[in-house]
Amino acid sequence: MKHSYLVRLLFLLLFACAGFTSAHAQTGSISGRVLDEANQGLPGVTVVIEGTSLGNSTSVDGTYSIQNIPAGPHVLIISFVGYNTQRKDITVASGQNTAVVPVVVGENTTLLNEAVVVGYGTQRRQDVTGAVTQIDEKQFVKGQVTNPEQLIQGKVAGVQITTGGGAPGAATTIRIRGGSSLNASNDPLIVIDGVPVDNSSVTGAANALSLINPQDIETYTVLKDASATAIYGSRASNGVILITTKKGVAGEKLTVNVSSQASVARRYNSVPVLSADEFRNTVAQVAPGKVGLLGTANTNWQDEIFRTAYTSDNNVSLTGAVGKLPFRASYGNLEQQGILRTNRLIRNTGSISLNPILFDNTLKVNVNVKGSIIDNNFADNGAIGAALAFDPTQPVRSGAEGYGGYFEYLQSAGGVPQQNVPRNPLPLLELRRDRSTVKRSIGNAQLDYALPFFRDLHANLNLGYDITRSNGSNLVDSTAAAAYFNRPLDPTLTNRQGGSFNRYAQSRDNKLLEAYLNYTKQFGETRLDVLAGYSYQDFVTTSPNRPTYLADGTTVFQAASINPFRTQYTILSYYGRANLSINDRYVITGTLRNDASSRFSPDNRNALFPAVSAAWNIKNESILKDNNTFSDLKLRAGYGITGQQDVVAAAGSDYPYIQRYTLNSLRAQYGFYNPTTGAYEYFTPYSPQGFNRNLKWEQTTTYNAGIDYGFLDGRLSGSLDVYYRKTKDLLAVIPIALLTNYTNQLVSNVGSLENKGIELNLNATPVQGEHWNWSVNANGTYNVNKILSLGPQAPGFPGIYTNNGGTIGGGTGTQIGIYRVGEASSSYYVYKQVYGADGKPLQDVYADLNGDGVVNSNDRYVYKQAAPPVILGFSSNVSYDRLSLAFTLRSQLGNYLYNNVNSQNGNYNGLTGQPTVVNNVTQDANYTGFTTTTQERYSSDYYIQNASFLRMQNVTLGYDAGKIFGNRGNLRLTAAVQNVFLITKYSGLDPEIFNGIDNNVYPRPRTYTIGLNLSL
Amino acid sequence: MKKSSVFRHTLGLGLVAGSLLAATSCTKDLDRTPTYDLNTASVYKDAAGYQAVAAKVYSGFAVTGGQGPDATTGDILGIDQGTSDYLRGLWSAQELTTDEAVIQWGDPGVQDWHNMNWTPSGVLIQGLYSRILYEVTLCNGFLAQATDANLSDRGITGADLTNIQRLRAEVRFLRALSYYHALDLFGNPPFATEADEIGGTTPPKQTSRAELFAYIEKELQEIDADLAAPGQNLYGRADKAAAWTLLARLYLNANVYTGTDRYADCATNAKKVIDSGVYSLMPQYRNLFRANNNTSKEIIFPIVYDGKKTQTYGGTTFLTHAAVSGTANENWNPSLYGIDGGWGGIRTTPRLYQQFPDTAADTRAKFVTGGQTLEVTSQTTFQNGYVPIKFRNITSTGGPGSDLVFVDSDFPMFRLADVYLMYAEAAVRGGGDKNLALTYVNLVRARAFKTPSAGAITANDLTLDFLLSERSRELFWEATRRTDLIRYGRFTTGAYLWSWKGGVAAGVAVPDYRRLFPIPVADLSVNPNLTQNPGY
Repeated sequence: MKHSYLVRLLFLLLFACAGFTSAHAQTGSISGRVLDEANQGLPGVTVVIEGTSLGNSTSVDGTYSIQNIPAGPHVLIISFVGYNTQRKDITVASGQNTAVVPVVVGENTTLLNEAVVVGYGTQRRQDVTGAVTQIDEKQFVKGQVTNPEQLIQGKVAGVQITTGGGAPGAATTIRIRGGSSLNASNDPLIVIDGVPVDNSSVTGAANALSLINPQDIETYTVLKDASATAIYGSRASNGVILITTKKGVAGEKLTVNVSSQASVARRYNSVPVLSADEFRNTVAQVAPGKVGLLGTANTNWQDEIFRTAYTSDNNVSLTGAVGKLPFRASYGNLEQQGILRTNRLIRNTGSISLNPILFDNTLKVNVNVKGSIIDNNFADNGAIGAALAFDPTQPVRSGAEGYGGYFEYLQSAGGVPQQNVPRNPLPLLELRRDRSTVKRSIGNAQLDYALPFFRDLHANLNLGYDITRSNGSNLVDSTAAAAYFNRPLDPTLTNRQGGSFNRYAQSRDNKLLEAYLNYTKQFGETRLDVLAGYSYQDFVTTSPNRPTYLADGTTVFQAASINPFRTQYTILSYYGRANLSINDRYVITGTLRNDASSRFSPDNRNALFPAVSAAWNIKNESILKDNNTFSDLKLRAGYGITGQQDVVAAAGSDYPYIQRYTLNSLRAQYGFYNPTTGAYEYFTPYSPQGFNRNLKWEQTTTYNAGIDYGFLDGRLSGSLDVYYRKTKDLLAVIPIALLTNYTNQLVSNVGSLENKGIELNLNATPVQGEHWNWSVNANGTYNVNKILSLGPQAPGFPGIYTNNGGTIGGGTGTQIGIYRVGEASSSYYVYKQVYGADGKPLQDVYADLNGDGVVNSNDRYVYKQAAPPVILGFSSNVSYDRLSLAFTLRSQLGNYLYNNVNSQNGNYNGLTGQPTVVNNVTQDANYTGFTTTTQERYSSDYYIQNASFLRMQNVTLGYDAGKIFGNRGNLRLTAAVQNVFLITKYSGLDPEIFNGIDNNVYPRPRTYTIGLNLSL
Repeated sequence: MKKSSVFRHTLGLGLVAGSLLAATSCTKDLDRTPTYDLNTASVYKDAAGYQAVAAKVYSGFAVTGGQGPDATTGDILGIDQGTSDYLRGLWSAQELTTDEAVIQWGDPGVQDWHNMNWTPSGVLIQGLYSRILYEVTLCNGFLAQATDANLSDRGITGADLTNIQRLRAEVRFLRALSYYHALDLFGNPPFATEADEIGGTTPPKQTSRAELFAYIEKELQEIDADLAAPGQNLYGRADKAAAWTLLARLYLNANVYTGTDRYADCATNAKKVIDSGVYSLMPQYRNLFRANNNTSKEIIFPIVYDGKKTQTYGGTTFLTHAAVSGTANENWNPSLYGIDGGWGGIRTTPRLYQQFPDTAADTRAKFVTGGQTLEVTSQTTFQNGYVPIKFRNITSTGGPGSDLVFVDSDFPMFRLADVYLMYAEAAVRGGGDKNLALTYVNLVRARAFKTPSAGAITANDLTLDFLLSERSRELFWEATRRTDLIRYGRFTTGAYLWSWKGGVAAGVAVPDYRRLFPIPVADLSVNPNLTQNPGY
């Protein structure tokens, strides 16, 4: 991170002040040069005179000069992100320029003086009092990264990032320190270049963040505890992720950077279902009467629906300054195939940032515009489940004309399809066209102005927007058996019936206005940084109402709803922060935010979120100052309250406190027949909705204590944090007294839960030399989640059943999870399977846990949890001269998964259950020998399996070819493999599924990537 | 330079001023209201709004939510949406618990109905209880807005006023109907009227079975004047005859509910329906349950469905699909039912089949027997048990319904044959004219038999046992069986057993407390005024 924009800003800030310090007395100037370990001039390094606001930063060749320094002895502080700060005694002679001998700075891993991005500004790392982790480009996960959040997967303690499978641009779930809520959102707030973005799902894009090009990102900062996040008040309870994109730097020469990579992705394992021959044998043994139904083909359906997928990812950026205008412009093009046939994503992204500094460095302008267009070709994930169950002895193609030429089960030869039988997986993909185009632009203009008469005071105005437009359509071909019955039978149409076609669109228009004043002043050894501001953010989402047609595109199959969709909410906030640093030893930070959200009634709308934290830089105490063992030692402690206002997931609307009447859809009308006229009179009802006029914020109180440490000149450094978070007034959907509202379950503020845990982060540089360098990062998290209260409970109240947003394949009405007091919120609630002497589960035999002689739903018990108590990450980077080898390992321990693939297909019901077809089963059926079992098996703990895993996320080999065009052009070549190996006891395909229910999961492929990066 | 300086100062002041200005405005933007949804004032501003909410009250019996059967959530939460349907829940409680129906599926709690081992935490019991009381809440909400004072304030006059006053009476009937279901199934539910606030936090008081009986009786009597004369309302809207039929049913079971016989009152109300002269038996029994049964003169009060406009995975869609095998073969042709395919769920125990001494003569005795066994060896095997052919999505002339998934057929909540049989039973129990009863029963039987005279019975045949059997033959799968068996003392006792009663293949008696369903534990948890029914 050589051209640190932030350090520049800091410097310019200081310089601006310096420019107005008049030089009454005798002053002199100094000049010198800062070099890196290779004796190359180091640009952008901050050089300041200690105890003053005098300073400058080095130019492109590493030289600097500082004027108007009072004559006499001084200490020069040379600091730069990523390098050890140097202190140098100098003596300034009056009226003269003193040449300072060149200073060589070494790279540093403790980053003590690094500018850390925090809410509304930056802080010196030593002034940070909260639990904050910053990850920059150097540490990002390499290889084919489509979604920005994958860049830091496995890199940050306390952060769990789970992709929703292997589809390009699949939705990702991010959890910071466990979930703080039951039914309200558990997603962190994401702020991109100062714009808090709407990360709720976008119609037509599985993942809203996938619209950001990862290549444009410079740093990620994860704010974890309340003292760091409370400045974001009501959206901070689940942590805050600040994303800073790359910028141009003043004075920098124009650089063109071209990067290009190509990838091949392959499926590396299969769900263990029976092969065609195994299937024939099993049918012959288990259901001899069904042998006649078998075909003669040998089809591996998983091989048929998946493919080798290719990806190209090309990016070009131009960085530098034209005159006084630093800028960066970039363009990226990604074309990524999914391994599931027909699935593809094309993304074009562009970004421009302009960062001029005007009026003698008093006005800093920061304009960012990012735009992207994604074209998605979605595939029907139902094909994955169909491929598991479809008879492997049947062919892909029938040889006949009907149904697109694909084999299907028909009621008679050449007739109509059978119902309630599996569909050939291939036409589910090939006879469907599911496309969307999503455009998103995020931008802002930020003005930071040093007031003319009071230069320590800066006024900052930030105007931002986040606009999304999506359009999509979904066509199921009229020859598809799956949509055959969408039209009443018409005998004149043979093999070509309903199909379906619908179009959809969504617009999101979010705008932001922020204004704050920032006062920074160094009083001798004391440094004060005060901020006070105001924020207004407005979110509008609209969708038109459109009907669903048959595939002909003209016959309405399902009428459009009467009203289009539109929703809007607004958040209005005041906030302030004071950071006081005394002697660089004692730092105190206090923040306060008042948020008002339109989602709550005027009586409950406002809430105050305070936080206070302190840090003690023990390293800077005199006893340790000259100690060479410790290079950093800081204690931190913080307390704060944050909130959660995102009730939409729980309440289903942005207006949960208002008594609303919603117009029914045209599918839910009610009609009265008039015998006289022979016609119906239909009415479209207004449905009164449940509402909670007392609804208010969910509140999370966080206690955090941490220690930042560094040994041996930063060769070993890291941090250790312990935290306790308690959320009260949970926004939970709970049963309410019947007859009191227009619903039986209502989002209410009830109960509480806690998360407590430990996070450890360790950076080490075991080898640091002329040729060999080796750095490692290890991080680990232990988090315990427990529900403390769910409101009043009568005896026998088991808790609130939940599927954590998932669905159970085959088990209508089954809910595998429970919210229960005293248990983790991701707990399973199951029957206890009874096993035979041979260790195999006994069919339909479950333990009578309450001993009442009957096995019924009261005998279910809480068993294991989906969320991992332990999350581990390990990264290593070894380099020898120009060659480097890096890898990232990730692990989760103690998490369990509900193997819905086996609970649905792991029994012989597939062979015997239907008279006219036989379905494939998983290998587990041959192990258990389960025949036709009761539905209770869907709730058996036999299918709750240990899903702990160790995954090598990626390994990257890099070669730095250096300057290939004489003095110019830096070429770097990489080869990477993602998903290198996976070690787990889990018997299904992949143990990493966020909601804990394994069915129809799009496999994560193994991806091989080669890439080049050329700077000119 | 000077110019620039002025500009800078202006800019600086502008920024500060702008920030301060911004900070003091915009608070009114926090009063966001839904763009298309309405609030109480805007809904009830005119007669059309009242009509639309009244339609919601009616549709509460038919559909599971406002946004169609495939929406992510319906009116009732915490339960599979299709299962949360009013009729599907009511039907399950009244039929699956008896000799008339068994079900193949194993959705949590489904087998508990027939095994009679349901629990207060069962999701299906909770769903039915919630649906019934949700319906009462819809009624209460409408009635609170439909007072004469409110109508006058909102300037509603003339024909609009008359119509809303009539709708008000109809909504009171619908509330009485739901409270009747609560009375019959749960006995002692919580109780609230339009006088109680909706959206508050005060939990309602519990009522007793006797109090609720008296309340329903009084309500039905009070609205009599405001309801339309029999047959004078649109089909699907309640009229006086609907209220009289509900009263007849209430009185017929009064001994169960209050310990006091009211057979004479039952007979009186049944006779009022019969004597109104507007109802007549459908000439062919099978057409009562088909896609165009809205033209029937026999149905007194239906739940109205439409394959396109009133869609649900409950209701007659459930009753039709669930009684058809999931796979087509020579015994099962879904197109004979007017549907795309069966769900393979419900059949009957041998008891129902055996109620028909001559299945060839009695047109009601239509069963799929091919490929099925009479005995129900396993409840979870669809091929075990004969399957009655009753609800079908084809018209009386054999044409298909309007949709292959969602069924057009209406459900006859009350129909004339039931009224005839109620009168007959009340008469045999001493509340009416036995000769008239014989006439009525023979009318029902004459319609049922291929040769009308073949079904005729004599006065000696007209016993209580005969009537219970006749009700089963005529009204099976129409959600009255459990109530009938309880009235005859045969629901829980060993006096009458059927396959898998009490979870035992041969059938076994269960404790008497199971004549009432439990108050769901979820409501007990949040409403401290509630006491659990005895035994649970």
